[in-house]
Amino acid sequence: MEKKINEAEKKLERRNFLKKLAVISVAPIAFGFLGSGEKLMGLKKWALNNGYVPKDHKWGMGIDINKCIGCGRCADACKNENNVPREPFFFRTWVERYRIYDDGEVLVDSPNGSIDGFEVLSTKKKMERSFFVPKICNHCDNPPCVQVCPVGATFKSEDGVVLVDSDYCIGCRYCIQACPYGARFLHPVTRTAEKCTFCYQRITKDKLPVCVEVCPTQARVFGELNKKASPLVRFLRMNKIGILKPSLNTEPKVFYANLDMEVK
Amino acid sequence: MKNFLAGIPEQVKRLSVLLVILVIVFIVVRSTLIPNDFGKIGHYRASAVQNIANNELHYAGQEVCVDCHDDIVAVKTKGYHKNLSCEVCHGPSIKHTEAPDEFKPQIQRNRSFCPTCHEYLPSRPTGFPQIVSASHNPRKICVSCHNPHNPVPPVTPKGCEACHAEIVATKSLSFHSEIPCTKCHVANEKHKLSPRDNLPTKPTTREFCGQCHAEDANSPKDIPRINMATHEPRYVCWQCHYPHLPEAQ
Repeated sequence: MEKKINEAEKKLERRNFLKKLAVISVAPIAFGFLGSGEKLMGLKKWALNNGYVPKDHKWGMGIDINKCIGCGRCADACKNENNVPREPFFFRTWVERYRIYDDGEVLVDSPNGSIDGFEVLSTKKKMERSFFVPKICNHCDNPPCVQVCPVGATFKSEDGVVLVDSDYCIGCRYCIQACPYGARFLHPVTRTAEKCTFCYQRITKDKLPVCVEVCPTQARVFGELNKKASPLVRFLRMNKIGILKPSLNTEPKVFYANLDMEVK
Repeated sequence: MKNFLAGIPEQVKRLSVLLVILVIVFIVVRSTLIPNDFGKIGHYRASAVQNIANNELHYAGQEVCVDCHDDIVAVKTKGYHKNLSCEVCHGPSIKHTEAPDEFKPQIQRNRSFCPTCHEYLPSRPTGFPQIVSASHNPRKICVSCHNPHNPVPPVTPKGCEACHAEIVATKSLSFHSEIPCTKCHVANEKHKLSPRDNLPTKPTTREFCGQCHAEDANSPKDIPRINMATHEPRYVCWQCHYPHLPEAQ
């Protein structure tokens, strides 16, 4: 008799033990789900003060080489809008002139980033073709500059724009070295890294980046990449598109139409 | 319990106290060094996005100008400059939208401004209107002849030489100098305004040149004659002879 009772108690103990085990093992997972749910909800709502929700956008730019006249208004306006130092060598965007001669020589120049215009240089060699290439931060989807930042001061925002947190940047210049497009520079006064932001202060207020705004020949197109009605999607559909340095797998979001093979 | 504590070696107790202190110091230092909103949406400060978006604007944008200056916009939308934003020439003017009387946008009047786009450069796309400013009325300012809001040449070119100067110069040396361009090319009037959409015609048959150069043609005697039947019948004349300078080989 006693033995039986003992066995019953043992069974009861085992049942309790299993119950507790189940609760203990499931509880953290359940709590985890609750927590992450809250986190997800919080993310969805995250917006700027003016109601701009970064997650709803994915910005990109299209540049038509055939339309660029090399007037340098984009580079000039960019300096005005973003308080870029006026000295040469500090540019968020600039225009390069390519001259390809019949002996295969390729000359690339960009005096003062094209702001003061270009000079006609006469050589005896016959020029095969020549054109202008506006350059800008490519806002890579897989940005090498963000990978190397040791403090998390440069980052890809949720709308795909690569930004620099100048209050957090320590000025180590790793990102400047890492950028394969030479789109970054160290601001001579603040000693922090700087680069194109697609005029973030403008695009968050439904305005165009200033280089797109002032381009006299509409060589630059700006818009959403994942909305069918955007002018950029139309641009991508209507043109043969090239990107700079595709072999690096940086997945640029600046797309060039009529890009020449010689453009690096 | 006491037995349990007593069982732990002294050095383990001391080390674990040290460990606890180290962990606390790490947590305190980490929480003071790393901003609160770091990692809220990604590996960066969430407030940085707001800071960058708060940067000051300098350019108002075309759509703001349109609200007040509808008279100028009405002129501009009809001309070649219809796609130009106002601030390309007038400079950053968001202050003008806030205080229209205090801040006046710049007005470009000197001769150096228009050539930033319109100076001749071989790299510019063909068809874009360009001048050589050194020889293009060097003493006049651009706006004295061209209205910048609706720029057209002050006189629409009457003859072909305005654009095709090189061909006209070549032709003037040749025996064909007396033949007007329109004898061989039929140019639509619209060709003057949008040249590439309205290309002039070219002679497509041998018989066209034969009007003068055939053996039986009714033309002055000193014009060279050929036998239309035997003189390379498989080719159109201009495949071998350059009509603007036919004596060149």
